Amino acid sequence: MTIVEDRPETAEAPPPRRANPVWGLLRNSWRQLTSMRTALILLFLLAVAAIPGSIFPQTAVNRERVSQYYTAHPQLAPWVDRFGGFEVYASPWFAAIYLLLFTSLVGCVLPRLRDHLRALRTVPPDAPKRLDRLPQHAPARTRPETPAAAAESLARLLRRRMFRTRVRELPDGGFSVAAEKGYLKETGNLLFHFAMLAVLVGVGFGHWYGWHGNRILVAGEDQGFCNAITQYDDSALGPWVTAADLPKFCIRMTDFQASYQSTGQPRSYLATVQVKEGSGAYRGSSFTVNDPLRLHHANVHLIGHGYALELRYTDRYGVTQNRVVPFLPTDGMQTSEGVAQFPDVNIDPKTNQRDDSLQVGFEGVYLPTGGTDGSAVSQFPAENNPVLYLTAYRGNLGLDVGKAASVYALNRGQINNGELKKISGERPQPLRPGGTWTLDDGSKLEFVGTREYATLAIRYDPTQALMLVGAALGLAGLMLSLFGHRRRIWFRVSPANDREAGGSVVEAGGLPRTDYPGFAAEFAALTGPATDDGHAEEGTP
Amino acid sequence: MAELSNQLMALTVLAYLAAMVCYAGEYAFGKRSRIGKAAARPARQLVGAGAPADAEVPDDVPVQPVSPPKPGRGEWSGRIAAVLNVLALVLHLGTLATRGIAADRMPWGNMYEYILSATFVGSAVWVGVLLRRPALRHLGLFSSLALVVLLGAAALVAYTPVGPLVPALHSYWFIVHVSTVIISSGIFLIGAVPALMFVIKNGYDEGRRSFPYTLGKRVPTPAAVLERLTFRLHAFAFPLFTFGALIAGPLWAEASWGRYWGWDPKEVWAFISWIVYAAYLHARATPSVKRTVATWIALFGFVTMLMNLFGVNLFFEGLHSYANAGD
Repeated sequence: MTIVEDRPETAEAPPPRRANPVWGLLRNSWRQLTSMRTALILLFLLAVAAIPGSIFPQTAVNRERVSQYYTAHPQLAPWVDRFGGFEVYASPWFAAIYLLLFTSLVGCVLPRLRDHLRALRTVPPDAPKRLDRLPQHAPARTRPETPAAAAESLARLLRRRMFRTRVRELPDGGFSVAAEKGYLKETGNLLFHFAMLAVLVGVGFGHWYGWHGNRILVAGEDQGFCNAITQYDDSALGPWVTAADLPKFCIRMTDFQASYQSTGQPRSYLATVQVKEGSGAYRGSSFTVNDPLRLHHANVHLIGHGYALELRYTDRYGVTQNRVVPFLPTDGMQTSEGVAQFPDVNIDPKTNQRDDSLQVGFEGVYLPTGGTDGSAVSQFPAENNPVLYLTAYRGNLGLDVGKAASVYALNRGQINNGELKKISGERPQPLRPGGTWTLDDGSKLEFVGTREYATLAIRYDPTQALMLVGAALGLAGLMLSLFGHRRRIWFRVSPANDREAGGSVVEAGGLPRTDYPGFAAEFAALTGPATDDGHAEEGTP
Repeated sequence: MAELSNQLMALTVLAYLAAMVCYAGEYAFGKRSRIGKAAARPARQLVGAGAPADAEVPDDVPVQPVSPPKPGRGEWSGRIAAVLNVLALVLHLGTLATRGIAADRMPWGNMYEYILSATFVGSAVWVGVLLRRPALRHLGLFSSLALVVLLGAAALVAYTPVGPLVPALHSYWFIVHVSTVIISSGIFLIGAVPALMFVIKNGYDEGRRSFPYTLGKRVPTPAAVLERLTFRLHAFAFPLFTFGALIAGPLWAEASWGRYWGWDPKEVWAFISWIVYAAYLHARATPSVKRTVATWIALFGFVTMLMNLFGVNLFFEGLHSYANAGD
């Protein structure tokens, strides 16, 4: 990735007498890998390889949608999976590309760093013989001072303009002033590339040592939770994190406020919580969508909300059970779906035996604002006219099979094979908060009310700050390298021909080492006053 | 106020359209005039002693007509076009301002407003270039064409009534992230115009006479000037895009969604655009890569930006789904 344009060709080393073919192959491969051409190709490959990640759903982004894809394309999905299409950014081929790219980068910037460090320590080279062959040239002009004084004042002028300057005495009694400026361009360029490396390493460490979990937190003191891996609906620990490493804190939500526009678009969410860290006491706090709750080694982000339904079932023996079940919103108006399952009911008090065929489950659709036309779609996300439509099932819920099952849907297999039977009529039973529904066997379901819940994403990424520093340094380096210009300027100060009268003759030349359209103007500004007959302008800044 | 904004929008498109027609008039009637001849005059040859091999065209030397021209039909058409272009820019600003007042916020909340803002930036940069270097005026045909197409697409595909922001957008990062991305997108947009013209002009100069290259016949600006302009616009926009999309964006994403980078489709395509533009800058800085190749990479980068704007908003679902297109 060498982008220094004017690096002198290194002299070809004489070919070794007996070339080791393995060594030669290795060396050639390395040269090939670190060439700009390869780097450009790898950059393109990286761009192309990123595309599938926006086309196919990604497991890391949205697991639900991957399952939907499997349902929609049962033939194609396994093949997509085989090529890592659902985990593009963790796939071996994606890693191969960026690792090769970064190897190429290292192979390029390390020698450049060495060269640049050397360049920083070397003095600007002496003036070429023919200054008039340089892209910028100011023809010889006379000055009244002695050559030594003229060279000294020129050097001072250049130094004041931050040029690195070296004055050399010439055999003919004259002086040459060599000056160079713009080392920051290459410094910035290297800084940018090393910052990219730091960011890559940061991503790696963040992945290894970070963790995250998602959870629904229902309002109410009884619904709080303490940080533990089992408390999450869905979680991922970095490879080098164990469940015991998770920081200790407990959260319970005391209040949740949502406000909406008249169109139903949410305007703001505010979660008020009590939080306890380590062995401390509970303290009050609140957070909103763009302002997470920042704890020690964990950040709690509010990413959504919905309604949890509080239901009370009284079985045929008069035993009651309460459930608070979160319903998942299916649209922007908070039409929500969910289930309430009661496996341990209808236990005959005489035998104390559970009859699996008497388990009860309810499937429901909750509308915070039901319409007047009876359609099963909410009209508004706030609870203006709440109504719950329930369908009741009795039979084996199939919860004891030991298979992980969704807590938001009944087991379809049990319904299909007749183990779980619908016991309500064709149309779902509407219920208002406080309403009670008596089932065919005399048991009752009461819709006690609703509570708001917040969807939380809880995360920790130890390298986040490092990444920000890396990115900021990278940007600074990028700007230096894009807007900096390396250039050299030489003055040759010779004694005037007429030795008696004194004075000196000054000739100047300039060489922009990178593409720099403003160089002519700068050169003119420098040489104009400096070699003018009137002299001495350099004294007045 | 929202109504006024919509009417101004229509006027803006019409003004750009009128400017485009006049630019086209200049393009059609203007012979390879004095402007062209003056511009085609070989750049001052630099005496090289270790100088970069490719002769630099000093772009600070303004390319100007040699003698005060007696304006012909093409010249007049071009002048009217430039005036109309400035008028369109003012109307464009009016559209944005009234939209912002109607919504009582910065007008960057959805795809329609985004396109409106990005094209405004592009248009403003173009007018800036035009004022500094009138000799480039003929590029106006293509810049106004791009603006008319994008604004037309915004009105037809992405129009959204004025509305407040969703809560996720209630953040000061909204201003930082969205404004920098809009500004850099606008500059990339206008940078694609000289890039395309360079490819055409350069192809024509190299003797290609098939269709797109024949357009180069009437382009008076030397290819090297177009190429330099392309680079300067891209070199300016790239750090801005880096900041807006890859620093401010992740900072906001961390606060809002809990992770700084999550491969959301919009993020994926911003990443792709960034990679492609980075490749352009690398290619241009490498002497062994031809300038034409480098410029093609820049054009490809612009295609990825368009993909991010239209493709991602319309076809993919993700966290950046504020576009509301088609609702």
